[in-house]
Amino acid sequence: MKTLHYRELWCSSPRYWGGLAFLGVIILIGLVAAFYMEHSGHYVTGMTNQIVWGLPHVFAIFLIVAASGALNVASIGSVFGGPMYKPLGPFSSLLAIGLLAGGLMVLVLDLGRADRLIVAMTNFNFKSIFTWNIFLYSGFFVIVGVYLWTMMDRKVEKFKRPVGFAAFFWRLILTTGTGSIFGFLVAREAYDAAVLAPMFIIMSFSYGLAFFILTLMSAFWWADRTLGDVRLAKLKNLLGVFVGSVLYFALVYHITNLYITQHHGVEGFILLNGGVYTSMFWIGQVLIGGVIPLFLLYSPAFATSRLAIASASILVLLGGFFQVYVIVIGGQAFPMNLFPGKEVLESSFFDGQIASYIPTMPEALLGIAGIAVAMTLVAVGARMLRVLPETLEDPEDECA
Amino acid sequence: MSKSVDQPEMNRREFLGKTVVAATAATVAPGVLLTVANANSEQQGVSSDVRWGMLIDTNKCADGCSACVDACNKENGIDLQQKPEGHSDEMWEQQRVQWIRKVKLQDKQTGEQTNLPLMCQHCEFPPCVDVCPTGASFKRADGIVMVDRHICIGCRYCMMACPYKARSFIHEEVANQLANAPRGKGCVESCNLCAHRIDDGGTTTACQDACASKGHNAILFGDLKDPNSAISKVLKEKSSRQIRADLELNTGVRYTNV
Ligand code: SF4
Repeated sequence: MKTLHYRELWCSSPRYWGGLAFLGVIILIGLVAAFYMEHSGHYVTGMTNQIVWGLPHVFAIFLIVAASGALNVASIGSVFGGPMYKPLGPFSSLLAIGLLAGGLMVLVLDLGRADRLIVAMTNFNFKSIFTWNIFLYSGFFVIVGVYLWTMMDRKVEKFKRPVGFAAFFWRLILTTGTGSIFGFLVAREAYDAAVLAPMFIIMSFSYGLAFFILTLMSAFWWADRTLGDVRLAKLKNLLGVFVGSVLYFALVYHITNLYITQHHGVEGFILLNGGVYTSMFWIGQVLIGGVIPLFLLYSPAFATSRLAIASASILVLLGGFFQVYVIVIGGQAFPMNLFPGKEVLESSFFDGQIASYIPTMPEALLGIAGIAVAMTLVAVGARMLRVLPETLEDPEDECA
Repeated sequence: MSKSVDQPEMNRREFLGKTVVAATAATVAPGVLLTVANANSEQQGVSSDVRWGMLIDTNKCADGCSACVDACNKENGIDLQQKPEGHSDEMWEQQRVQWIRKVKLQDKQTGEQTNLPLMCQHCEFPPCVDVCPTGASFKRADGIVMVDRHICIGCRYCMMACPYKARSFIHEEVANQLANAPRGKGCVESCNLCAHRIDDGGTTTACQDACASKGHNAILFGDLKDPNSAISKVLKEKSSRQIRADLELNTGVRYTNV
């Protein structure tokens, strides 16, 4: 095998700076939206005392979950020794850092008092999974940063495997931690399921890889470098496995819930009569995010079609977004059953009623800015650091 | 940058430098905007020899009466909060703060109807306190669960965790407020059993007084740890229940006849 040379992304100025400027504008708009919401108060959003976490949380959780999955390629390369994945490791770490930063930005800017961030950094309640997540997230930046360094600098290369292992376990814990945010909500029926934590891990694999494939393809297109078909095919097959697993876990989640009589209400809500949430589940999550991508990835007709791979990745992300939406918003919209056996006739606080939520533009703009932050960090990082190999042509001696 | 050769060493350094400066600015800026919070969740002079609680006799709670709700809104300055100009009534109904609410129930089998006020249940093991990242949501030694509005960051995790939906988020600007119930936009709040009254030596809550003055006497407030208190005596005689007793939170607010 030829030795690989990594080099910074160096594109002709207009293309690179133009792209960066575009991302910058999106971020700026998102920040203005966040300031507007913060300044007026959350009444300008669609959030209420019934739906307390809205669209920004959907974006944030989606990005944070994807971040840990994006690191998967690096883990396969250095922890499990997959030669085809190895050269992709540094870029995968960079993407993971970017996605996490984007997600956290959205999360923080949606706080009622974002200006009190420092309070969250200095007052800790160690019983709270949120507090643990603050440490998990900061630790992720540090460990993945060091990991990136060991992959790029020959002098510290010998630490690559141990650090790689550490990063691998850290991000499994991180995703479990994110999933557990819901696991601790004992009173809400939709979240009362043990499979939620492993489901978040497999979701992270799938979304992370879809992000990875898309950013890798665009980076190579941006820089006019070659990306081999065999390598892409490997990634594509892996994505297929993950997408299938997410579908499988969703199935297990709903079937186990159906065994519990108490949960029949919320299951019927998601699967049958929940209106927009039911459509999002079947059309968004299952069809757009599962069935169609699987077809695109596995149908022989599209065996080497890059368009099919890119479209499948985009659909996986869209479907994943719907999935998180159904979990976060749908889970809140379904009323909590405070008085079993009783029907609520009147309540000024909407007890027993399905809560409505219509997201507003500023919320969406803030969320999209989170994605733009992730992409900007990747673009800037790839421009500054040697994370991408000069070429990813298929090795001649190693045909899959 | 005019150089277009594929060897960006010089530019790279410059780019690195600029990026570091930008990143530093982005990190430091929030610190400059910082509001210094003087966190003081440990209240002085609150004793763990008492545990405040409430007993609600739903048989006495009248259909259509909202005296307790009105009294609470007045006592804690909640009625000073106005619907933001131009905002729809429908959204405002879902966003305005409610510490206590009236609920009317009907048994699905028997058709029997029940009226009751619902508010923070002041759990012995409050989920809101467990999940709060900063410790703003806390339980006092005397059993009152409340929010320290100086360190609440408005993450709303406590609202997600509360089984009773007892908490409200302040969605709008706060123009007027009472000294005994400080509040601020972007924070969460809920019933604190009129803690200001108790701290001043009072023995009743605003909702209880209002209910009594209407002649209903559905609300009884008192010390659960004192065997001679009125509330303890009634609890000993009558059978009462906790809402969602299955969660084993040991609530300080109990109900009879539900
Ligand atoms: S909203 Fe405030 S009180 Fe509630 S969990 Fe967050 S910081 Fe704690």
